[in-house]
Amino acid sequence: MSTPTTDDSLGGTPLPIGWAAPAHQPSDDPLTEATLTVRMQEGLARPFQREAIANATDHTIVAMEQRFAGTAHDELREQGRKIRATAIANLPDYLEQWLAQADANGTTVHFAANDGEARQIVADICLEHDVSRVVKSKSMASEEVSLNSALENVGIDVVETDLGEFVVQAMGDRPSHVIAPILHRTRGEVREQFSKMAGEELPDDPAALTGFAREGLRHAFLTADAGISGGNFLVADTGEIVMVTNEGNGRLTTSLPRIHIALVGIEKLIPRRTDLAVLLPLLTGHGTGQLITTYVSVVAGPRRADEPDGPEQTHVVLLDSGRSGLLGGPFEEALHCIRCGACQNICPVYRQVGGHAYGWVYGGPIGAVLTPLFRGQKDGGELSHATTLCGACDDVCPVKIPLHDLLLGLRQRRVAEGCVGWGERATFAVWGQVWSRPLLYRASTAVARGSLRVLAKDGVVSRRLPGLSKWTAGRDLLLGRRR
Amino acid sequence: MDSRGVIADYVGMPLSVRLFPTCLSDVIGRQTVLDATYVLERIGMRVEPLSGATCCGQPAFNSGHDAPARAVAKTTLRALDDGTDDPILVPSGSCTSMVRLHWRELFHGTPEAEAAMRIARRVRELSSFLSDHVDAIRSVEPALTARVGYHDSCHMLRELKIKDAPRTVLGAITGIELIELGSAERCCGFGGTFSGRYPDVSVAMADSKIVDINDAGIDLLVSADPGCLLQLAGRLSRTGSPVRAVHIASVLREALA
Repeated sequence: MSTPTTDDSLGGTPLPIGWAAPAHQPSDDPLTEATLTVRMQEGLARPFQREAIANATDHTIVAMEQRFAGTAHDELREQGRKIRATAIANLPDYLEQWLAQADANGTTVHFAANDGEARQIVADICLEHDVSRVVKSKSMASEEVSLNSALENVGIDVVETDLGEFVVQAMGDRPSHVIAPILHRTRGEVREQFSKMAGEELPDDPAALTGFAREGLRHAFLTADAGISGGNFLVADTGEIVMVTNEGNGRLTTSLPRIHIALVGIEKLIPRRTDLAVLLPLLTGHGTGQLITTYVSVVAGPRRADEPDGPEQTHVVLLDSGRSGLLGGPFEEALHCIRCGACQNICPVYRQVGGHAYGWVYGGPIGAVLTPLFRGQKDGGELSHATTLCGACDDVCPVKIPLHDLLLGLRQRRVAEGCVGWGERATFAVWGQVWSRPLLYRASTAVARGSLRVLAKDGVVSRRLPGLSKWTAGRDLLLGRRR
Repeated sequence: MDSRGVIADYVGMPLSVRLFPTCLSDVIGRQTVLDATYVLERIGMRVEPLSGATCCGQPAFNSGHDAPARAVAKTTLRALDDGTDDPILVPSGSCTSMVRLHWRELFHGTPEAEAAMRIARRVRELSSFLSDHVDAIRSVEPALTARVGYHDSCHMLRELKIKDAPRTVLGAITGIELIELGSAERCCGFGGTFSGRYPDVSVAMADSKIVDINDAGIDLLVSADPGCLLQLAGRLSRTGSPVRAVHIASVLREALA
């Protein structure tokens, strides 16, 4: 790790050198090795996490409902869906248009076909321009490619400046929600971590804890050579990058350091700036219930000759990493996602197990869809089963992505591609043979019904039964009562 | 309401219906089907026997195994396609949504495609059919003193968009106090094969509802989906809750005793 310049005259408290080094180095592919079942068990084993998630997500859902009460919400969602569908269906054209405009704005554009290229490109830009410290605003794309560890490996000090991401980084943790990265953490845990960093006991007071982070972050902003951000939208007709934040760190990241690098998925394109009139209220309303976020930043390239501030260079790294392969296919609609997190908030499975159970960057229904699509069936395939297909996500998606259908489609693809164990295949094959013959069906159900009657006491099977233990471990089996 | 329903209600002519028992009822016990039959007959309908129907194919379909799902569904399709126009009633929101909405996809491009559409038009979720005949239900004076909470099954609510019908039916029973549960629309955690794949998550999901169910001060938790009832009744029983989870057909049956 290099020694960042620490000029105290710039204000703020210098961060202890190397404080940001994660407790563990995430591997090249952060999809954890534990099985889905184990990861879900880990989530269940944190009762406080479940309570915190329930409270926070309930709050957000109510805020969302209040935000859109009395408005033509469904029409707005339909407009949003159409804009996203148009953008994705014509992605190459809009990309070309955006490129021409971005070029005219003085933005340097790079293409990253995969995670490795993205890491390399960003690292190269930093090394070429003697960057020793970068400040980062929240970016899920950078989580996808594990950007931080790649930069740290070449000696660059990386400071996450979103408060939640700041905590995540300090703890060597991973975000568990697309817009609320530390949904799984308690205030006590944050206090403990910050106290460790401060070298003194900090009070159990959100304002004081935030104040501690602000002090350090202010210094980081003033001493950073580059700012790395993501982007919520790329506007084709203007070549702009649009970002929404609530803490102001995004604007400092993109405007204060001499270099701004935005790492953005290619699917973030929208045709026109006027489309923001539909998509911004959908994103903020479904994400946090806000009419609009505290900051909406529209970045149109580096500082112009007649402008007093802004970066000297603006780089945009367009990330593919599995996206273009979905174009024109049955899962294309997954690319419509604007990352609001509403499907995570509403998902009854997510609410129990939390975001880390999904094993990669995205949790909840959209994570169960994107992970196998971006990372492959081998690593993420089983995730499509981590849902009851309740469909609550469909109803809450701001751009009406048919998540239920996509999840079902992924289950079908798993079977079609032979990713399902022989046991499951054999079970369903035999089942299909038996239950497609009425006589055998009647015999098999009579045997099942009869056996359960024998095992039941007063119509209730409560013992752990071989073959049924997964049911009876936590539940009784109530048989229809005879009168 | 179709014209035959009007005749049944106002002229008293028995309307002939079919009742598709569903596989869960065949495995767990046919009480729900017997209760539904009793109720339908009490309001003047004739429940015609249905032979050869097995399962709608949902367990395999929702697991991604289309071929066995299609084989099983085809058997049921043939049994249901009996050449009449009689409504086919299903005491399960989930199976209804499979037949009404997903068979279309399952049989797409097969010789059964047309028959699947035909059946989809005839199939009705039981409580939604009963709510069309709520006057007939009132006329037989069902009465039951109970505080009741209703659980919306996900497929019934979000796929079939049926929310008011079961509440209308419960409202026709004298003595029932219907209490809206805050968690009425939240998934119970059953999810078919999900309940066996991830039993601990499934049970945790049930528990998050059961907190609300126990706090609501209800006697009966009513639903129109045997899957949700299997899950919620099983967990309520295991945790020693005094709340009884029952199918809407069984509530009506009790109210007509």
